[in-house]
Amino acid sequence: MSSVRIFTLYERFWHWSQAVLIFGLLLTGFEIHGTYGLLGYNTAFSIHIVLAWALIVLWAFTIFWHVVTGEWRQYVPTHRGMLAVMMYYAYGIFSGEAKPYTQTPASKHNPLQRMAYFSFKAAIAPALWISGLLLLFYAAWRGTALEGLLPFATVAYVHVAAAFGLLVFIIGHVYMAGTTGDPWYAYLKSMFTGKKEGRSDSH
Amino acid sequence: MSRPLVCSFLLGIMLTLLMAPVLAQEPGQSPAADTLDAPTMLLESTADHRKFEQLSGPFESGPDVTRACLECHTEAALQVHRSIHWTWEYDQPETGQKLGKRFALNNLCLGIAGSEERCSSCHTGYDFDGADFDFTAEEKVDCLVCHDTTGTYVKFPVGGGHPPAEDRVFRGTLFKAPDLAEVAQNVGKTSRETCGSCHFEGGGGDAVKHGDLDSTLLSPAHSVDVHMSPDGLDFSCSTCHEFSGHIQEGSRYHVTAKAEGGISVPGRESERPSCESCHGTEPHDTRIHDKLNQHVERIACQTCHVPEIARGGMPTKISWDWSTAGERDEDGRPIVRKDQQGNVIYDGMKGSFGWDEDYPPLYRWFDGNMRYTLLGDRIDPGQPVEVNFPEGSPDDPRARIWPFKVMEGRQPYDTQFETLLLAHLFGRDDNAFWRGYDWDKAITSGMAEARRAGQTDATYSGSFDFVDTRMYWPVNHMVAPKEQALSCESCHSTDGRLADLPGPYIPGRDRHPWIEPIGWTAVILTLLGVLGHGGVRYWLHRRRYH
Repeated sequence: MSSVRIFTLYERFWHWSQAVLIFGLLLTGFEIHGTYGLLGYNTAFSIHIVLAWALIVLWAFTIFWHVVTGEWRQYVPTHRGMLAVMMYYAYGIFSGEAKPYTQTPASKHNPLQRMAYFSFKAAIAPALWISGLLLLFYAAWRGTALEGLLPFATVAYVHVAAAFGLLVFIIGHVYMAGTTGDPWYAYLKSMFTGKKEGRSDSH
Repeated sequence: MSRPLVCSFLLGIMLTLLMAPVLAQEPGQSPAADTLDAPTMLLESTADHRKFEQLSGPFESGPDVTRACLECHTEAALQVHRSIHWTWEYDQPETGQKLGKRFALNNLCLGIAGSEERCSSCHTGYDFDGADFDFTAEEKVDCLVCHDTTGTYVKFPVGGGHPPAEDRVFRGTLFKAPDLAEVAQNVGKTSRETCGSCHFEGGGGDAVKHGDLDSTLLSPAHSVDVHMSPDGLDFSCSTCHEFSGHIQEGSRYHVTAKAEGGISVPGRESERPSCESCHGTEPHDTRIHDKLNQHVERIACQTCHVPEIARGGMPTKISWDWSTAGERDEDGRPIVRKDQQGNVIYDGMKGSFGWDEDYPPLYRWFDGNMRYTLLGDRIDPGQPVEVNFPEGSPDDPRARIWPFKVMEGRQPYDTQFETLLLAHLFGRDDNAFWRGYDWDKAITSGMAEARRAGQTDATYSGSFDFVDTRMYWPVNHMVAPKEQALSCESCHSTDGRLADLPGPYIPGRDRHPWIEPIGWTAVILTLLGVLGHGGVRYWLHRRRYH
């Protein structure tokens, strides 16, 4: 059994710290939204802001890392092979067919993953960031021309809508990446160890 | 005696002598205090009024005292003549309305026309008993009602603003005649007792009118009022309501709803009694985010820091229904009914009342301009008439969210002209409602008096009924310790205190009508999708290997 390094140490650090921050942000965010009362609004709000800043710092480093290493190419969407992957998850996975895609360090994500991660990185996350920063710094643009174009409520709606998008993404991601490997936990394990076990190479 | 013993004996004596002056002192007392055996009054004033020949008395009446005061304080009466405490008239500069007690209506005692002799027990003057009162008479100014320090000066409730000349009883309460010379010789600064003698008693009794002003402020616990508590800052009213030339700062007709001048320093216009004049416009710690200070822009300090109305332990009147007034016993005396707490809930003279204490205010946008429905203003009797209402909207950058005590009323209106009416309540003839108990006569007389006094040109058609009314009293006093201020959830929740307030998006309160259902549907469908997908996989897996 050979093993190939798929995820570098930095990628794994980034992935898991981002995961912790995002879960914290979702938990506190929906409390601020009034969905439930857990920590109290004041505490939830303060934690939300601290986590948001931590995530922004993490992302700043990570964007730099992606640019420098060229790893950003991993997230460029492609339609090639998409149909096969979709067919696999719709049918093949039940009948025990082989996966139509093989992970390599140069191409870590299947086309479906590429599309999902791309939409997270290019749409959901920026929407949350930009709207979140506008909400946080509302005092700076209150009463300016910007508010005429972009009411405070609209910014808040974008933030909430994007949070729902994030929640949907996470449910799908946890299921797909957490249980559909071979064996079922293989992807999850590789995100800890960074390595892909040789067995899946045989597929 | 051995030498060591002698030495320690001498040392002991020396130590005792050295410490004697220190030991002789009471703890906490400074040496200088011993030398000041003069009355503390001398610390505050350069004049001892007991030494003035003019004040030796005896005095026959209040105006006699005033004449004596004016011998030295030559301009005092003229200053008071410019004060709303005297004129009961106020030209609201922004709405253009003529307000003040002689012009505005309310839904408590309706209005003063015809009843001046009763109402003027809270006038800073003597003999204001009708439209003919001379507002330029200097000796008619009542100096003592504000400057008494003895606590014995009192105006008789139905005495045209005069103190009782001899001990008299009014509705079961004894009013002792003050020794005017004694009072005059002990004049001093205004106090919460002097201000409170009228302002705590507004609406006909202690705590009735305002909900944030009552006699509990004479010595409130720190938890009731951090500024006025002896355990707190021990402020009197005039600490914030500064007076200059007998004119005070602060008006509920024209409120500084958003004080932006910052902390008041000499050379800058003072916005006292605004909170910001002492606390500035960024009173909170910045912490991680500066959101609390950003609230200052749109939310009055009082909104969070006066969390409830009537916090001192005395209930305030929240409703007054005049339409039920008139019940009397077989001797013709008005019937009075009380609830279990002893609050008067029915008075044959006045109608039915509701009371409440320690309850949340109503919140409204307020730009500082209180607009009134005046005599002659057309009303819609189909819905509660707002006798006054706070102007301002969320779109107005000058407006902030303010707390209000809402007073519900039911009072006479003209069914033909559709205008509010006032009634002659107190008086010496049968036109007065409290004598004749005839609304038609009382309204006819009251409206005639209002015209005579220049309050209105409106007339009474002769047909009246009662209409539901509402008033908004801004809540300002009884500032709670910061630990008792409202929590974020008080407003940032779907059923919070601002649930019905129009205006900007409030996180935790507001929802987009589509995002919410679509968002949760997507979340649930995704969840069901992965559970179904995973469930089928698991089931197939088990079937395959078992």
